[in-house]
Amino acid sequence: MSGSLRRGALRWLRARLEASRTETTSARTLRLTVPGWSGHEAGQHVDVKLTAEDGYSAQRSYSIASAADGDGLELTVQAVDRGEVSPYLVEVMQPGDELELRGPIGGWFTWSAKLSGPILLVGGGSGIVPLMAMLRQRIRAGSASPFHLVYSARSPDHVFYQDELQDIGRRSRGVTIDKIFTRSGSLGDERSPGRLRAEDLPAASGEISPATGPTASDAAGRTRVYVCGPTAFVERATQLLIERGHPADVIRTERFGPTGG
Amino acid sequence: MSVISRGFGGRGSGSDPRVPPGQYVTDDFPVLSAGPTQYVDTEDWRFDITDIDGSRTTLTWERLMALPSEEFTVDIHCVTKWSKLGTTWRGVPVSSLLDGLGTEAEYALVHCYGGYSTNIPLEDLLDGKAWIVFEYDGGELDPVHGGPARLLVPHLYLWKSAKWVNGIELRLDEQLGFWESLGYHEYGDPWLEQRYIGD
Repeated sequence: MSGSLRRGALRWLRARLEASRTETTSARTLRLTVPGWSGHEAGQHVDVKLTAEDGYSAQRSYSIASAADGDGLELTVQAVDRGEVSPYLVEVMQPGDELELRGPIGGWFTWSAKLSGPILLVGGGSGIVPLMAMLRQRIRAGSASPFHLVYSARSPDHVFYQDELQDIGRRSRGVTIDKIFTRSGSLGDERSPGRLRAEDLPAASGEISPATGPTASDAAGRTRVYVCGPTAFVERATQLLIERGHPADVIRTERFGPTGG
Repeated sequence: MSVISRGFGGRGSGSDPRVPPGQYVTDDFPVLSAGPTQYVDTEDWRFDITDIDGSRTTLTWERLMALPSEEFTVDIHCVTKWSKLGTTWRGVPVSSLLDGLGTEAEYALVHCYGGYSTNIPLEDLLDGKAWIVFEYDGGELDPVHGGPARLLVPHLYLWKSAKWVNGIELRLDEQLGFWESLGYHEYGDPWLEQRYIGD
């Protein structure tokens, strides 16, 4: 499902909360059933609309965390201080409760198994969410594309998808998962906590063969890079990636503003 | 169909007539870009205006600075739902770049450093509705926000206000830009909530 192929308006659909999982003290994964859902590509997002009894409504955008899976989809939401929508989704909404959503939205920050070639995912904080969808999609599709995830979190307690990431790192060939901690790490970490550094990121391979077709940026064998996180993280990561030899035109970004709620 | 989300009270802050439907007000200035921030030196900065007959006018930074600029305060609205009220900018009205051309074009495709583009009907760029801005809130426009110069078309969603602009291609037909080719609305009026194709 590419946004560019879609005709007609994106309708608001009724979504019901089936189940939820706590990711951290302030983040929760919501498993929704959305009758009429058209499917999505990994990396896309949805618009969520909440309506109160008095008719007041509020909308926000959230990345989809799950691989395409029928009419089910998962969102992972980080509660924003003094936010309006996210605290409801993280703390209040109960199984059986409903909301409206529409999507999928976004045709740029996406990955599908049709894209061959190595992938580097760089996520900061809740920026892991669309990257997790890509990783899950890779596994679901049985793709052999090499994936390398560099996931920056405040501390081990702030890591989303803890067990699943550990499992994927152990069991999936061709997937490398590196976690880095900015505030405090685990006992025995070789890396001292701190913001993302150049050495946390792999250098570009430098094996550029002649372009062979219209999708030259990948036919050239270059690593595609997806960076997602708060603005300051994305700015830092993209500059470090360029220092490490990754051309600007292979780097796709998605930024979460400091607000969002 | 109105689906009530049980237990959602909302903020009930009352409706501000300056805020379009589906938007919320932020005091921050979030950033949205599809790729790395472009860092363009004003020494190297060029702005090409290409008319339908292929004739081209190139503006240097010096020439841009020599044009009469104006300071103005507007509300801005991002398709990702945030609106920021009362933002102050300084820039050159796009009409002062185009008025002398006598172009017969109907549409503009705005081009940027880094390859971004966006399409806008020409009339939406004229008559004091759009500027090439280089100052925000009294200071130089930060590269993260599109400096040294970005387009500002405040009456449309902010993706139309392209960062790091380097040219306007005048056209008879409408060619879709970057986000417009990826599922976003071709026009993007926030008051009509024209976020995505078909809205």
